[in-house]
Amino acid sequence: MSRVPQFVQGARISRIAAALLLTVSGLALASCGNGGDPRKQIGANPVLPAVQQYLIPPIRIARPLPWGNDTPKVPQGLQVHALATGFQHPRSLYVLPNGDVLVVESNGPKAPVFRPKDIITGWVQWFAGAKAKDANRITLLRDTHGGGIPDTRTVFLDHLNSPFGVALVGHSLYVADTDAIIRYPYEDGETSISAPGVKLTDLPGGPIDHHWTKSLVASPDGTKLYVGVGSNSNIAENGMEAERERAAIWEVDIKTGAHRIYASGTRNPTGLQFEPETGKLWAIANERDEIGPDLVPDYLTSVQDGGFYGWPYSYYGKHLDPRVQPQRPDLVAKAIVPDYALSSHVAPLGFAMYTGTSLPASYRGGAFVGEHGSWDRTPLNGYKVVFVPFTNGKPSGTAQDVVTGFLDADNRTHGRPVGLAVDRSGALLIADDVGNTVWRVSSASGTPTPRPAS
Amino acid sequence: MNHIAAAETGFQPDAGTGSTAITRTRTIHQMLVPFPVAYFTAALVTDLAYWRTDEVMWERFSVWLIAGGLVMAALVALVAIVDLAFAKQKPVWIRAFGYVLAVLLSLVNVLVHSRDGYTAVVPTGLTLSAIVVAILFLVATSATWTLTSRRHGARK
Repeated sequence: MSRVPQFVQGARISRIAAALLLTVSGLALASCGNGGDPRKQIGANPVLPAVQQYLIPPIRIARPLPWGNDTPKVPQGLQVHALATGFQHPRSLYVLPNGDVLVVESNGPKAPVFRPKDIITGWVQWFAGAKAKDANRITLLRDTHGGGIPDTRTVFLDHLNSPFGVALVGHSLYVADTDAIIRYPYEDGETSISAPGVKLTDLPGGPIDHHWTKSLVASPDGTKLYVGVGSNSNIAENGMEAERERAAIWEVDIKTGAHRIYASGTRNPTGLQFEPETGKLWAIANERDEIGPDLVPDYLTSVQDGGFYGWPYSYYGKHLDPRVQPQRPDLVAKAIVPDYALSSHVAPLGFAMYTGTSLPASYRGGAFVGEHGSWDRTPLNGYKVVFVPFTNGKPSGTAQDVVTGFLDADNRTHGRPVGLAVDRSGALLIADDVGNTVWRVSSASGTPTPRPAS
Repeated sequence: MNHIAAAETGFQPDAGTGSTAITRTRTIHQMLVPFPVAYFTAALVTDLAYWRTDEVMWERFSVWLIAGGLVMAALVALVAIVDLAFAKQKPVWIRAFGYVLAVLLSLVNVLVHSRDGYTAVVPTGLTLSAIVVAILFLVATSATWTLTSRRHGARK
């Protein structure tokens, strides 16, 4: 190429360059949009904006700040106190028939670095207090006096592998580690299990194990276990072969350990519950990130046998995700719209159908949802526990804030609610994996004294 | 080789000729300039491979190659400043500007490639990779891999 005309070309090229740079800065500015009013995305018909793609996805980290003497806030008619403190990343809770409370202290396995982005994500998680060491144990709390303050605390099960879900069927206690369901013999009143577990079935675990929590619920007749298995990526960026039997709800036969996919396309189904009135299976699920502060709303839905809920190809029915290639129009055509949107990036991780009677009447018949909150949205959303009223086995109103105050006015986070459970007295228990506390929410007036553990 | 080098230094009316010119214009940064060019070009190839196969391995190669190219480009920038300051060099504006533009576009490109899924590459990432390679080959590189030339009036 000739060098001489470059003097002439120079001016033209710099004009093109200036235009390019303007376009680039325009793109960068366009990526600074804030999320709208989350209330528009709660209920059966969430408003869904257009997909946005980012150069730098909005990140809003809530730095942890210890509770000190502070507690979460509850509305009038309720009171809250710490059931116990000093846990190591408590993620989920389970109440045994005798009133003992199991606290699952757990964290995910080390995430692999496939791309430079994964290094940055690791830093973000560390800043948000999500990088606690994996305790891999279940702690038992027992309240022998019935005062709502436990007086016995023992290590119930140790040396687990990123456990999350727990279910008791008869005298068998099932624990969902990240890579298997393990069955342990349980005798009434035991405070510690030393017997070795027996593997019922493998679950999709490493080597990536992006969504590691395996939620668990037993069918009311005790013959099946339902397992929430999260996806291995945000939006299939690790390849579809990494997603085998993931982003699904498994049905496991309790006798043989054989499983089938009960429902699929649920990106991260973190809580499973049977609705008491209809006996239907319900789930909460975390939807995809990085296509906007108001996409995609996380949801609460009844789970249909054989149902497909969209992930990764589409969301909320047939809204296509442009980041997935090749597409699957055959699957998208039958994608089910979830029943109830909880709004975007609230990260629901705790789910409890309320069947107790000790909380005020307005909480009878409905579900509590623990919204962990995330760093994928500005302003922050979630970081609270909400109540979704149910009538005739279906959500029948707007989600109400029940437990708040996890975030302070400066967006510092004292805690983040995760797993929920209802104790034997009907009080709501909340695992807080940043405050490392289990909170107990009970009725403010006329609280029936919890029955002593037997 | 010699006549190309002579053409390079031909920007300056009083440039030396022949082999003397080559020895006089040798700089430290010219050693490093080819690295980002090679990385960014390889990223275009892996982008094309991803576009044709949907195989995520190629997308991962691309984003590491672009990131590596940016790290090397940062080194080039540092060393070029040293050359300008101490090796009696002045910028060849067209080449230096082209190079900087390609690096800035690659900075955008590494962010695009950090998206999840198909749109990390197609169409924006792939397009940026192609533009970067075009700029580098048409404007920014020369047979001597320099972004500078001997300063006017520098002692021969």
